[in-house]
Amino acid sequence: MKCADVSLELIAYLDRRANSAERREVENHLAACSACRARAEEFRNLWNVLDEVPNLEPSFTFDARLRTRVAEEPRSNWLAWLVPQPRLALSIAMLVALSVWIGRQLPPPVDAEANAKQQFEMIKDLGVLENYDVLTKLDALSELTPAALPVQPDDSQSQQDDGG
Amino acid sequence: MLDVKAGDRASFDLLLQKYRSPLVNFLFRMVRDPATAEDLAQEVFLRVYRARKQYSPSAKFTTWLFRIATNLALNSVRDNRHRRMETSLDAPVGEDQAPPELPARELRIDEHMVEQDRARFIRRAIGALPEKQRVAVLLHKYEEMDYGEIAKILECSESALKSLLFRAYETLRVELAPLVAQPVAPRAGEGRPS
Repeated sequence: MKCADVSLELIAYLDRRANSAERREVENHLAACSACRARAEEFRNLWNVLDEVPNLEPSFTFDARLRTRVAEEPRSNWLAWLVPQPRLALSIAMLVALSVWIGRQLPPPVDAEANAKQQFEMIKDLGVLENYDVLTKLDALSELTPAALPVQPDDSQSQQDDGG
Repeated sequence: MLDVKAGDRASFDLLLQKYRSPLVNFLFRMVRDPATAEDLAQEVFLRVYRARKQYSPSAKFTTWLFRIATNLALNSVRDNRHRRMETSLDAPVGEDQAPPELPARELRIDEHMVEQDRARFIRRAIGALPEKQRVAVLLHKYEEMDYGEIAKILECSESALKSLLFRAYETLRVELAPLVAQPVAPRAGEGRPS
């Protein structure tokens, strides 16, 4: 063991927390190294010096002050959640008010059934566009001049006819 | 602590009796001001009381307690240092004003010896250590904690802690050389941390 290695284990050796193998290694080194032996002795003396610092006694009012502060702490109580909390009540009230306000800003709801029916009307003929025969006929119709197209009966006319 | 967690205030009083003095002394050696040390110790106990529900028995109570104390002390030391720096920078310097007093660490050793205030000299030497070294020395020397516990509080490995302690004691050995050369006779049971 070198001096640098001893420095890591020296404190544990001196405070008697090193294991037996570490102790043996340090002891062997100290037996051979006068510099480390002197340092170890100085560390022992240093610890005696550090013990000269007197302890500070806490003041007489320490406990009383702390107990007062602890007593001011809110007690944990399983019923506590039932007690209305002003902040919580205010938050809930604001949330409800916000929900009502947002609800009034939105457009009136659309009748879902009517909406579905309208969507079905829009897509029910889409299958026609996938029919090749229909598409080729539509192409042929587009080549016709407007004069050659059959005249569609006017709705109002047909209604009159129906009524007559 | 488990009784405190269950809401037993008598058990909290027992904790207070057991740890009040070690905690106040640890904090005093950290911040070097008795009033601040007491205020911080009160804050530590209050935090323990507030956090009692979150206490996990897997963590050793003293580790938890001194970790809170260490964090509070380091914050206080840093705040105080910052305040002192602001004061010294903001303070007007006139011709009739005395120059700012040099930190105690820079006073000559023989002046301290004249004062016959070895304890203050030792406290100053400890107080001049880098923060982590100071915490390590206080917990090792005065609280007699084992390496594993101190390493947890300082959030480092045990080998890093051993290196930290060696450097700290080496610095103190040099700084306190005049006292180390002429130590007072050790009292019974003293001379080693544990």
